Parts: sequence; structure tokens; C-alpha cells
Amino acid sequence: MMTSTSLVYLIALPLAGSAILLLAGRRSDKWGHLLATALSASSFFVGLYQLSLMVGRTNSDRPVTQKLFEWISVGTFKIDASLMLDQLSICFVLLITGVGTLIHIYSISYMSHDPDRRRFFAFLNLFIAAMLLLVLGDSYLNLYVGWEGVGLASYLLIGFWNQKPAYATASKKAFVMNRIGDMGLSFAIMIAFATMGTVSFSGVKEAAGHTSTAALTGIGIMLLVAATGKSAQFPLQAWLGDAMAGPTPVSALIHAATMVTAGVYLITRSNFIFDAAPTAQLLVVIVGAITLMFGALIGTAKDDIKKALAASTMSQIGYMILGAGLGPVGYAFAIMHLLTHGFFKAGMFLGAGSVMHGMNDEVNMRKYGALRKFMPITFATFGLGYLAILGVPPFAGFYSKDMIIETAFNSGGAKGIILGCVTLLGAGITAFYMTRVMILTFTGKSRWDEEAHPHESPWLMWLPMAILAIGSVTSGYLLSHGDTLVNWLSPLFVNHGERAELLSPVVVSGLALAMVAIGVAIAFVKYSRNEVAAVAPTDVSIFTTIARQDLLQDRFNEAVFMQPGQALTAVLVKTDEAVIDGAVRGVGRIALGSGSALRGIQTGFVRSYAALILIGAVALIAAIWVVTQ
Amino acid sequence: MNAANYLYLSALLFTIGAVGVVVRRNAIVVFMCIELMLNAANLSFVTFSRINGDLNGQVIAFFTMVVAACEVVVGLAIIVTIYRSRRSASIDDASLLKR
Amino acid sequence: MNWLTLLMVLPLIGSVALAVLPKENEKLVKQVALASTLVVMGATIAMAVGFQRDNIELQFVEKYAWIPSFGINYALGVDGLALVLILMSTILAPVVVLAGWNESQGGRWSVKTFYILILVLETMMIGVFAATDVFLFYVIFEAMLIPVYFLIGGYGSGERSAAAVKFLIYSLFGGLMMLASIIALYVMSGAQGGHTFDLAALSQLQMSSMTQNLLFLGFFIAFAIKAPLWPLHTWLPDAAESATPGTSVLLLGVLDKVGTFGMIRYCLTLFPDASKTFTPVILVLAVISIIYGAILAIGQRDLKRLIAFTSISHFGFITLGIFAMTSQGYSGAALYMFNHGFSTAALFLVGGWMISRRGSSTISDFGGLQRITPVMAWMFFLAGMSSLALPGMSSFVSEFLVLVGTFTRYPVHAVIATFGIVLAALYILIPVQKALHGPTTPGNENLSDLNLREKIAIAPVMAIIIVLGFYPAPLLNVINPAATHVIAQLGFSDPAPTSGGK
Repeated sequence: MMTSTSLVYLIALPLAGSAILLLAGRRSDKWGHLLATALSASSFFVGLYQLSLMVGRTNSDRPVTQKLFEWISVGTFKIDASLMLDQLSICFVLLITGVGTLIHIYSISYMSHDPDRRRFFAFLNLFIAAMLLLVLGDSYLNLYVGWEGVGLASYLLIGFWNQKPAYATASKKAFVMNRIGDMGLSFAIMIAFATMGTVSFSGVKEAAGHTSTAALTGIGIMLLVAATGKSAQFPLQAWLGDAMAGPTPVSALIHAATMVTAGVYLITRSNFIFDAAPTAQLLVVIVGAITLMFGALIGTAKDDIKKALAASTMSQIGYMILGAGLGPVGYAFAIMHLLTHGFFKAGMFLGAGSVMHGMNDEVNMRKYGALRKFMPITFATFGLGYLAILGVPPFAGFYSKDMIIETAFNSGGAKGIILGCVTLLGAGITAFYMTRVMILTFTGKSRWDEEAHPHESPWLMWLPMAILAIGSVTSGYLLSHGDTLVNWLSPLFVNHGERAELLSPVVVSGLALAMVAIGVAIAFVKYSRNEVAAVAPTDVSIFTTIARQDLLQDRFNEAVFMQPGQALTAVLVKTDEAVIDGAVRGVGRIALGSGSALRGIQTGFVRSYAALILIGAVALIAAIWVVTQ
Repeated sequence: MNAANYLYLSALLFTIGAVGVVVRRNAIVVFMCIELMLNAANLSFVTFSRINGDLNGQVIAFFTMVVAACEVVVGLAIIVTIYRSRRSASIDDASLLKR
Repeated sequence: MNWLTLLMVLPLIGSVALAVLPKENEKLVKQVALASTLVVMGATIAMAVGFQRDNIELQFVEKYAWIPSFGINYALGVDGLALVLILMSTILAPVVVLAGWNESQGGRWSVKTFYILILVLETMMIGVFAATDVFLFYVIFEAMLIPVYFLIGGYGSGERSAAAVKFLIYSLFGGLMMLASIIALYVMSGAQGGHTFDLAALSQLQMSSMTQNLLFLGFFIAFAIKAPLWPLHTWLPDAAESATPGTSVLLLGVLDKVGTFGMIRYCLTLFPDASKTFTPVILVLAVISIIYGAILAIGQRDLKRLIAFTSISHFGFITLGIFAMTSQGYSGAALYMFNHGFSTAALFLVGGWMISRRGSSTISDFGGLQRITPVMAWMFFLAGMSSLALPGMSSFVSEFLVLVGTFTRYPVHAVIATFGIVLAALYILIPVQKALHGPTTPGNENLSDLNLREKIAIAPVMAIIIVLGFYPAPLLNVINPAATHVIAQLGFSDPAPTSGGK
């Protein structure tokens, strides 16, 4: 593999920015945000430079590596700190630094009134660095460092306003649930090392050919656990909704475009494991399918614009995971959907931020309405993102999502039909809840609070939104025209050849569009023709109630894990006091008790001591006499 | 004369001394009884020295005498001090250690 | 040059110097104490530079007859593990002195006495890791209790006397078990070629498996009390709660390492067969310690007790790594000992500053410190991240090595132990949330942030934690040869990959 000397700058630049801003403290308040943005942008340009180099080489020469130093080396466990950039990671590098830089720019204005803006930018830069490490690491352990690094950045950013107890709790929840996923990654690394003796991607890929299916399945399932944690997939999905506590640019960057897609990256990167472990692969598909419905259903009931978008993110990542679980044909489509989703979802989140910016940080959509006139640019960019997520041709989602639906149908047998129907149904529900968001926010009558004075955001904010909107329109076409992305990524995946087509692309697109049309129509009937109540109605069906409570995910976690855990903790604390320390104190008490019992002999009368000595001596002599006789 | 007789005498003296220590209350008498026990032991040592025909027992006897002399000095001093502070030479009155 | 003796004498010279200083001039006393510890640190670093990494023999060896009639020698020497631990101890000493600049006041005795005790303790900390004569080791092992007893009982807070006595009796109990084993070893050595207390000679003794098991237990119980292994841990939370933060750092960071160090140096070397016999039991105890310590930490309301319980969990990891009998486990455990010293130091020192400012160690009395004292809050957060083994922190490297090393031989134990990392997230983030986040609770509004002295004290600790997280090679290179050597001596080799890959 070719080596490069400039990969490290991708990470080093934003990392340096983060360190400078954090160490310089308030002294950098004036220029910190500019430095952070500049460093993120320069990392993007390094990425572009790498891309240009890569395009100029032949397929097999494209991956490059850079060894930095020997990190851990004990016995046969040898891990170098080294980076690898290949066709897959360059997609992520550009997405992370590109969208990241746009969001830096957006945040300059969005966070301008926050006294801690500098700290915010330090965390953003830290995130960019960690996320780049995640996609550039050349072994599972290097990836793990980035994996937990983004978890840390996410924790810090969700809890950016941690003076509010609910936000602090949300950040803690995210970290802990992510750690459960991280545990899965640890297990995967341990199994890989124990069975293959290596944890580098290239080493594992090579060894996967002669490793037992059981071990590969184990690794695969554990990687899936890791992916569910980071990507908010079922059953570790509950943190994502609460994570919306963070400032909106964070939701756009971390909890929509980049970090939450790390699970998709992990599964795609580990394609050699999943291809050889059908059970694990099936589980991936199941998780993706469940989550895609789960998120979509939650999305229909949320009144908080950010939480509705978060539910949508969860659902869309479900599509990607499902795509990645469909094997060699699905990986590229999963990545394509990931990239287009990065554009339109980040754009919509920024749009939501722009709306909040104009509405005194109100997030309840029932208190919006008729904002189209007051925020035309936001409406336009959000609307383009909306069309993209719906999959209306020729917007981005049309290309990427339809590919996944098509692949699902063509994956064969009953599985194919079930998956195809789920993805189709998901598309319909997506159309319903996104239309609901559009209608509630931008059309109809105003339901604002008295003090709301909606206004369009400054150019620093709408410019990134506009650029992302352009991406939402064009990226799908650009990536799929002539199978650009599929061909670009194909050297990484084992190609099993074409499978039989159950449905032709045209039929799939037609079905999908029909579903979308139905979803949009229902939403129109329900929300556009009727008056929307400013307060959420309570006399709703049991299904709506459950959906509003995120399908009871928190209640389930509380009842099954938290409360028993707290009870166990309380019991153990008491047990430790009473039983273990009690036993120790018991030994002490026995000593004390026997002492005070024997104290009776100590009368203080010298003569009784003397008598005892005498008796003792006589007894001793008698004993010796008896024994020696 | 049979050397064993000296041993019997020694045992008798020791017993008298031991009983005296246990039953008498006056510190001076107890003290003298202790001396009696020491000297009973001395008598045994000397007797064994005689029986075994070497000087070890006699040396120990001298040693004991020296120790006994020291003990008398310290012991009497303590008794006198106690008597001064308590106006009593009864050892049962000095039972402060039980607390 | 007798480096090790020099290291041991330097703090003693410092303590003598302190003894002749006037009691009233507290500032001078502190400065002399700080200077002494800094000199010792410098000397240790100078010695470490001369250490030959690839040499598995003991280095800097010294041997003088001490009580020839009993075959007792004053014998010192270090291998990679001992060197690393001595380095850790002597780096922590000046940090503790500087960080706890004011904690010596308000004690039962004078400020001067406090620092004399610290310096005497430092001498013993070096000696206990360097001793290669079992009798010398035992003497120092027990003598170390004395300064710590007075440091807890004289300068602590709350139920300090009770905690000090509990600590002393627990440790003495273990020490006496060990003494019995040592005497038995001595007696047996007399029957097999001359009375000796020399570690290398004793490790060659022939004994029946029953004898070996009993003697092993004598040593192991002593070390299991020191290292606190469940269920012999209950002295630690009490002691840590009552001791001053600086004392706690030395107690948990250094003294408790004598336990895990002893397991390697004495249990494994002297009783290889018994070690193997008891390994299954010990591994279970280690795993219980990891999970139990973590759960108990989650349930604590007192900051100091919480940190003490996190240490019990960490010591579980160290013990697990030692008895996994793989080079990854062993090196991980050794590195863990070093790292734990610093991450616990950071937690205790910052926690101690928080407590002394607030006048309470109850976690719920804090709140919103992030806004009032940002630097202090950051330091506490970073220390916490180090404690939960976040990648990029040194503790991650060691914890992961322990887990990987254990997994290759005992997968079930490793899997259960790994759940500890989720619990770690809870036991760190709960106090972080309660103390640092949320609205400012009444009584906290006027707390002051770290001053320059405190920043200087904590900076090297943080630097070591982070630098070694990214570049642990300097330490691993010192530890690895010793690890391979010990594992090989016990007749183990790392399990080969099961798939037959590279």
C-alpha cells in the first residue's frame, strides 16, 4: 500500500484547534471561533487534496497509509498508531470536514450570543478530530479511540448547557448508552485478537477466510451491538431523542450527519466479516428494519421539531443499516444514502435551528405556523431537504433510498418481500411525518407566542443552509450517475455478481412514489385542512400516546434496567455495611467481648494473682508429669 | 546424710512461702514469704550442686541472692512509698489495676 | 553507585533536616519538604535513565550482611516492574506535598511532624519495592503502617482514629499471616542448604503442594488486604474517607500497590504451583471486585468513599491481569498500577480541593461547579475520564491490555469484567453531573477556582495521564521483558490465535 505523509494533518489541525481554544481559555474568546472554523476548513482542503491524488491513481493504488508511531506492543498484541485512507474513508473525510466546516460557519452566528461560544468551537473541533480518527484508523483499536472520542465530544456538546439538569441528564444518558455499545466493540476486538491474533483491518480481512464461522458471527454480532449504540439503533436507540438537548448545530453535525452514521461505517468497513457470517448479517438487517419503523412511528407523534427530526434520523439510519446488512450489493447504497442524508438532514436541522433562532428558541411546532413568509430562505432550503428525504425525483433521496428499497426487494425469498414492504412502508410514513413538520412549521395560520418576532437569519446562517440544500438537490444524481459511487467503492467489497431481479427499478420507484404520495396526502388532510391546536390534544388514541412517549423506550429501560440496577446498588451498599464490614466488626466485638468476660479474673488483688500463678504452675507441672510418665 | 532430705526441706519451705504469699495481707509478710521461696530454691540449687558434684548450682544460688537483694531494695522502696501515701501496708488496698 | 540506597537515604536526610527546623516556621518546613521530594524525584529519574531495558536480571543490585547469624541481608534490586513503581511513588510525593500545601494544618500534631512522616514514608515506599530480601521486605511492609497510621489518625477528619485503627489492625493481621509464612520458609531453607531470606534462593525451595498452598495463602491474604480485594476491602473506604487527600493518594496510589506488586514478586515467584492452584478462585474474586467495587461506587454519597470504591474496582482489574498469566495481562496489570497511581491521585487531589473549599464531602452539597470554578471542574472531569479509561488516557491502554490478555485465556472472566466499563461510566458521570453540572446550589456561589500552586501540582499528573495514553511505549518497553520473563518462568506462553492466523 502506498504511504502518505499528510494524512495526520487531517486530524492534527482540528485537534490543535481544540487544544489551543481549551488551553487559552477566555483569552481566545475574540478569535477562537474563527481559528476553529479555519482549521476545520483547512482539514477539508487537505481532504480534497487527498481526493485529487486518489482520483489520479489506479484502483488498486488508491488506499494510502501513514504510520505515526508504535502505540501498544505487548507480546503478539501490536498496535501501531497508523492511519489509512481508502475509497470508503475519503467519503467520510469529505462529509465530516465539509459539513463540519459549514456548521462551524453557521455556529459563528448561531452561538454569537452565548458567552461560552469559544468552548463550543473547541468541542466542535475536538469532535471533528475524533471523528476523523474513527474513519482513518487502520485497526479496530485505532477506530475504538475515535469511537469513544466522538462519544466524549457528543457528551460534552449535548451537555453544553449542562446548567439545566435535564440537559446534563441527557448527556449522561447518551454517554452511558454509547458505552454499552462500546462494550460490544471491545468484545469484537477481543474475539478478533483471540481467534486471529490481529485487530488491524487488513489483518482481519486476511484471516477471516480461515476463521470459524462461529467466531466471525460472534465478532459480527458484537460489532452490530457497537453500531446500535453509536447509531441509535434498536435496542440502544433511546438516547438520540434526548440528545437534542445540545445546541442545534450539534444536532445537525453529530446527531444527524456524521457521528450517528459511524455504525454504518463500522459495518461497511467490516464487510469481510459480515459477508462470512450470515447470521450476523441477518441480525443487521433485522435491527435496521425494526429501527426504521421505530423511528418513523415516533416521528409521527413528536411536536418538538428537533425530536421529530431526530426520530427521522434514527429511521433513515435504519435504512442505511438495513442496506449495509444486505451484503455486497447493499454497502455502496448504504454509503450513498449516508452521504445524501448527511446533506439533507444537516440542512434541515440547520433550518430548524434557524426557525428556533427566529422564534426565541421555541421548539414546539404547534407554536409555529405561517413562517414561510417571514423566513423565505429557511423555507426554501428546508423545503429542498424535505423533497430530498421524501425521495421525490430528482432530489438526492430519490436515488439513494430507492436503491435500498430495490436491493431489499431483490435480496430474495420471503426475506426480500418482507424487507421490501417494510422499507416501502417506512417511506410512506416518512412522507407523512415530514409533511406534517412542513405544514405545522411553515404554512397555515400563526400560532406564535406573544413575544415571538420571527425573522430571517443572517447570511452566515443561511449560506451553509443554502449550500447543503444544493447538495440535497444534486448529490444523489452526481453520486449515482454512471454508478460513480458504486464503482468508486467496488474494490473494497467482494462482488458476488448480480442477483435475480424481483422488481425492476421502475416498478420500485413507482411503488415508492405512490407510498410517498399517500403519506403526503394523509398529512395534508389531517393538518392542512383542519385547524392545528396550539396545545397538543390529549384525547388521542392509545397509539398516539405511546408514540409520543417514544414507544415507551424510556419506560422499558427504566423498568428493566434502571430500577433493578438502583435497587441492586442500594442493597449492595447496605450489605457491604452490614454483612461484610459487619463480619469484620463482629470479629472486633468478639475480641472485645471475650476480653471483658476474662476481665473478671483481674480482681486487682495481688494475692489472687499469686494464687492463680501457683495453681497454674502446679497444673503445668502436673501436666508435664502426666505426659512424661 | 541423704541429700534428698534437703530437697524435702526445700519443698516444705517453698510451700510455706507460697501459702504465705497467697493468704497474708500485710505486704511485709508477703515480701518475706517471697524471700522464703527464693531461699527454698537456693537450697535446692545447692543440694543439686552437691549431688552432681559441680559448681553450677552454687553459682546460680549466688546469682539468686544478688537478684533477691536487688528485689528487696526495689520492693521495700515500693512498699514504703505505698505506705506513705495510703497509710496501710495491706496489699488488698492497692487494687487499682483492676480498673 | 548505590542508587537505591541513595534514594532511600535522601528523604531521610530531608526528614532530619525538618526535625531541626523551628516548628513555627511552617513555610520553611513545607519548602524543605518539597525540595527533598523533588530531589528524590530527580534522582529516581536519573537512575531510571540508566536502567537497561532488555536486561531481565535485577539491576542496581546491592547486598550487605545485616544480621548474619540469621542469614538476613540488606539486599536491594529492581526489575522493570519495581522501577516503574518506584518512579510512580517518587513522582507522586512532590505532587502530594505541593497539592496538599495546607492539609497539614489543623492536625493533632505540628506541620513539621506531618512532613517528617511523609518523608519517612517515602523512604519506605522506595524500600518496599526495592527489597530483595524477604525479611527486609517484611520489616518495611509492616513499618510503613506506622507513618500512615499517624497520618490518618493525626491529620485526618471525621472518625479518623477509628479509621486509622481499622486500617492498622487489618494490615497487621495480614502482615502476621505473612510473617508466619516467612518463618516457615526460613525454617525450610535451613533444611535445604542453609538459612536464608534471599528471595532468589527461597524461590528454589522444594516443598510439598500442601505446604506450598498454605504458605501461599499466608502471603496472598496479606497482599489481598493491601490491594483490597473483595471481601477484604472494607478498611479502604473508611481510611480514605478520614485521611487527608494527600494521604489518600499515597495510601491508594502507592501503598496498595504493594499488594499487587507482592502478588507478582512474592506469590508468583515463591509459589508458582500454588499460584496456579488458586488462580481460578483469585480470578473470581478479581471479577467480583471489579463489578462489586463499581456498583458500590455508584451507590456512594460521599465523594471520598466513592473514589475509594472505584479503586477497589481498579484493583480487581490489576489482579485479573496478573493472574491471567499472559504477557498482555501482566504488562497491562503492571502499567495499570502505574496509571492508577496517577488517575487516583488526580481524583483525590481535585476532589480534596473541592471538599476543602466547600467544607463538605457529600456529593449532593456540590452543584454547578462548572460555571463557578471551571478549571477545577475540568480537572475533576479529566481525572474522571482517566478513571473510566477513556481512550487517549493512559488508563485505557492498561485496562484494555488486561481485558485482551484475560480474554485469550479466560474469556468468561474477561466478558464479565468488561461490564465494568459501563459501570465506570456511571460511577464517574453521576458525581460529575451532581457536582459540576446543574444549577449552582446555595453555598457554592463564592468558591474560588484553582490557584497557581494547585495548577502546578495537577499539571504534571494530567500531562502524564494524557501523554502515556498516546505514547505508552517508554513504560511498556521497561515492563515487557519482565512480563515475558515471569510468564515464561511460570511455564506459560500466550495462547496462540485459535484460527491459526498470524
